[in-house]
Formats: sequence, structure tokens, C-alpha cells
Amino acid sequence: MGKKSRYYRRLVVADVAIDVPLDIRLLHSGFAAGEVLAQFQRVYRQSGAVVSFTGSVRPGDGVSGLELTHYEPLTLPGMVDLASDALARWALDGLLVWHRVGVMEPGDPIVLVAAASAHRRSAFQVVDFMMDHLKSAAWFWKRERTAEGWRWIEPRAQDLHDRERW
Amino acid sequence: MLFLGPLSDLFDTAEMSLPAPLSWGQLLEAVPRTVAEQLQGERIHVACQGHVLPDKTALVALDGQEIALLPPVSGG
Repeated sequence: MGKKSRYYRRLVVADVAIDVPLDIRLLHSGFAAGEVLAQFQRVYRQSGAVVSFTGSVRPGDGVSGLELTHYEPLTLPGMVDLASDALARWALDGLLVWHRVGVMEPGDPIVLVAAASAHRRSAFQVVDFMMDHLKSAAWFWKRERTAEGWRWIEPRAQDLHDRERW
Repeated sequence: MLFLGPLSDLFDTAEMSLPAPLSWGQLLEAVPRTVAEQLQGERIHVACQGHVLPDKTALVALDGQEIALLPPVSGG
């Protein structure tokens, strides 16, 4: 029995191997945010606090799809730099940022950010910091599909304002 | 040379090849006037070989190098 459950555990670990302390990815196909978060929590079970944010495609306004494009030489390196800044600035045990590119449908996860730390404040702040910067400073361009076709999403003043908090 | 995000709608194709070496002035002359006007806006950034230029007008692209024209990122 003990052997059997150990084997199961290893399978789960092999399924989603999380890099520590930073795991930063661009994903070209869908992912199960809940399962990744569960794995993150297993990896950081010694941390006192885990905070996460999952952003998904909003249904409504006649939007049937969202496409995110990126620029390979800049986008992922920029995300890694940002995460490294967070790691240097706050007392963190680990940070995970998984971000989709490509075409998504309403309800699909776009981004998962999870932070582990000894105490809650750092983890809360890092997730907030990462999201404000991913929204306003990371190299992603988005367009929405409605009945009239595809429409590019313009930058919002609110996003720049959010980033200036840091 | 790559046109990213909304700039990719300016042409039928999202990329074009230009003779090297290429300066910013030569780049602007190689595209239609309406496109050149857009590219000169301060919110358009330019990357060469995967590095964003602090001053796009200082662009000097050599043979085989990739230029990316980067419009402001989407929020939301």
C-alpha cells in the first residue's frame, strides 16, 4: 500500500515538474491552472504562505476569442527579468509565472502567478507586482474576436497607473 | 523586419526584407508614408537582434539582423 501511494506521488510530480525557485513559462496550448497550483503548493509545502492569481478570458461583450501574440526574443526574457527583480526585492521562497500565447476562448486561463514565502505579505505583494507589470510592461499584444471580426486591444491608462504604484 | 501586434495589419504580410546596412532614415523611406508616420510616434519601440533600442533613430541594422517594430503592449 505504502509503495503504491509513493508511486502515485512520483507520477504526479513527473507530470508537472516545477523549477525552483523560478518557473517562468510561455505556453502555446491550454493548461490546467488548478493542477499546476496544487503542484506548486506541494513543492513549497514548507513555506508558510502561498498566494496565487489566475487570469482568464472574460466572457461577455460578444467576445468569442482572445489572441495573444508575443515576440520570442523579448517576451520570455522580459518575464524572467521581472521575476528575478521580485525575487531580489522580496523575501520569497519561490515564484511561478505561466502565461499563455495563441488563441483562447472565454473561460480559458491566460496567466497563473503563484508565490511562496515564509509570511503572507511578501507573497501577496509579489503576485500583485507581477500582474501589474505583466499587464503594462511585458511584450504581449492582444486582440479580441467578435461577430465583426478581430479587434486589437489598446493600452489602458489604468494599467500604467497600476504599474506606477511600484 | 517584423511588424508586431497591431502594426502587422499595415501590410498583407507581417514581415519584410530590406537591404542592409539599414539606418532609421532608410527604414522610413522603405515603407509607405502613412506607415512611416506611425513608426515615428514616440510609443513605437524598435528592437534589433532582440534588444530594444534606447533611441530608435540610432538604428544601424547589418546584414541578416532582425528588426522588430513594437507598438505599445495591450493592457486589460
